[in-house]
Amino acid sequence: MPVVMDADRISRTLMRIAHEILERNRGVEDLALVGIRTRGVPIARRLAQIIQDVQQRDSSSGSGGEPATPKVEVPTGSLDITLYRDDLMRHPVGPQPVIRRTEIPFSIDDKRILLVDDVLYTGRTIRAALDALIDFGRPKSIQLVVLVDRGHRELPIKADYVGRNLPTSLSQSVQVHLTEIDGRDEVEIQES
Amino acid sequence: MKKDLLSIDDLSSEEIYLILDTAEAMREIGQRPIKKVPTLRGKTVVNLFYEPSTRTRTSFEIAEKRLSADTLNIAVAASSVLKGETLADTAMNLEAMAPDVIVLRHASSGACYLLSRICKSRIINAGDGMHEHPTQALLDAFTIREHKKRIEGLKVVIVGDLLHSRVLRSNVLLLTRLGADVWICGPPTLLPAGIDRFGVHVSTSVGEAVVDADVIMMLRIQQERMQGAFFPSLREYFNTFGMTEARVARARPDVIIMHPGPINRGVEIASEVADGPYSVILEQVANGVSVRMSVLYLLAGGQKED
Repeated sequence: MPVVMDADRISRTLMRIAHEILERNRGVEDLALVGIRTRGVPIARRLAQIIQDVQQRDSSSGSGGEPATPKVEVPTGSLDITLYRDDLMRHPVGPQPVIRRTEIPFSIDDKRILLVDDVLYTGRTIRAALDALIDFGRPKSIQLVVLVDRGHRELPIKADYVGRNLPTSLSQSVQVHLTEIDGRDEVEIQES
Repeated sequence: MKKDLLSIDDLSSEEIYLILDTAEAMREIGQRPIKKVPTLRGKTVVNLFYEPSTRTRTSFEIAEKRLSADTLNIAVAASSVLKGETLADTAMNLEAMAPDVIVLRHASSGACYLLSRICKSRIINAGDGMHEHPTQALLDAFTIREHKKRIEGLKVVIVGDLLHSRVLRSNVLLLTRLGADVWICGPPTLLPAGIDRFGVHVSTSVGEAVVDADVIMMLRIQQERMQGAFFPSLREYFNTFGMTEARVARARPDVIIMHPGPINRGVEIASEVADGPYSVILEQVANGVSVRMSVLYLLAGGQKED
């Protein structure tokens, strides 16, 4: 199982994406992160932390080293898309997928939402996530952040921020491991 | 999960916890500005109610609509049952129109089993006579777990008309399955024969039963099912078994008072208790929607028997 990203590379990639987000949005105003369960959630939390740190550093160095500016908080939520899946009732044999909690503890109205997932593949998860988000309100915009884009899209969906493009074949699977869930940071490709 | 939910006996402990955990996730949908998800889009759910019901029918209907199912309600008063059609015939006619789920409330114990044999649709028992009311027991367990963070080891005292109560049977099955210490209390005339075989403590003294209780669950005196005199008068019943503040004071300080509704103030429960700070009666109603959404979602993907 070849490891295609190790812990170092993942952390540098997230640092780069955080800077790209700040650059493209010209700061943190109205920004909010929503991670897709399961592994989009820790990625969203890490991005929020990096963005807050960077913003804090920049604003305090601007005012002569005094941390007089209020602490920057980028609201972060988590989204479970199970109830919006397009394949949910197509195979009505066997147990239903487990539903986890959706927690978006802020209004998404007029926010610039960064939707975060680990792997972008067919695009169907993102389609479901867009439907789910729209049920929470009317954001100003939605941008898509993924750690890995492995190709093979079945829907017209494109990521705004990509950690790494990984050309894969359909017989392969991409496994993202994150410390918060799996005890280690690693992306690997598996032959199935 | 099995095809139908007819009895708590159809569920393993793992399935009970899965229903409760899924209900936690479902509750969040009710707090959104748009209280609807597309999960059961295109599924047809028939609510077939042979007995009057406000809470249960409304609760099921809201749950179905929040999951985007197409729902229709058959109130027996306005249906061909009045023209003499039997339950089996009604079921076969409904089946011909291929609904995905039928929610049945019926005055005869076991009516849902008859329906289950006839219909391919999934059947949810919304109360059958004096037998069971599984979704009520599930929402009670959900409410208890929310307040006490556990069910195992709690002292749960169920007081009231034990004989006619389907809520009692479902709750006894569920709570003993999950390891609660269940006490039941009522007049000897309203004790179902052989109930002690279900692993519960039986008492005819409410003052004794409620000592150190974590949960007190009141059951309604079901006069509509009573043929004969089970106790001298409602006033005497209240004096002997009614839940008063003095009796609640013997339970643990953090006791919660539950009631499946509709409550009869001054018969099984004093108004001060029903409206007291420890009463979770209205939370039970709110939780009913989440739990029924959970059951509908999980059953819709259950194993289909052909």
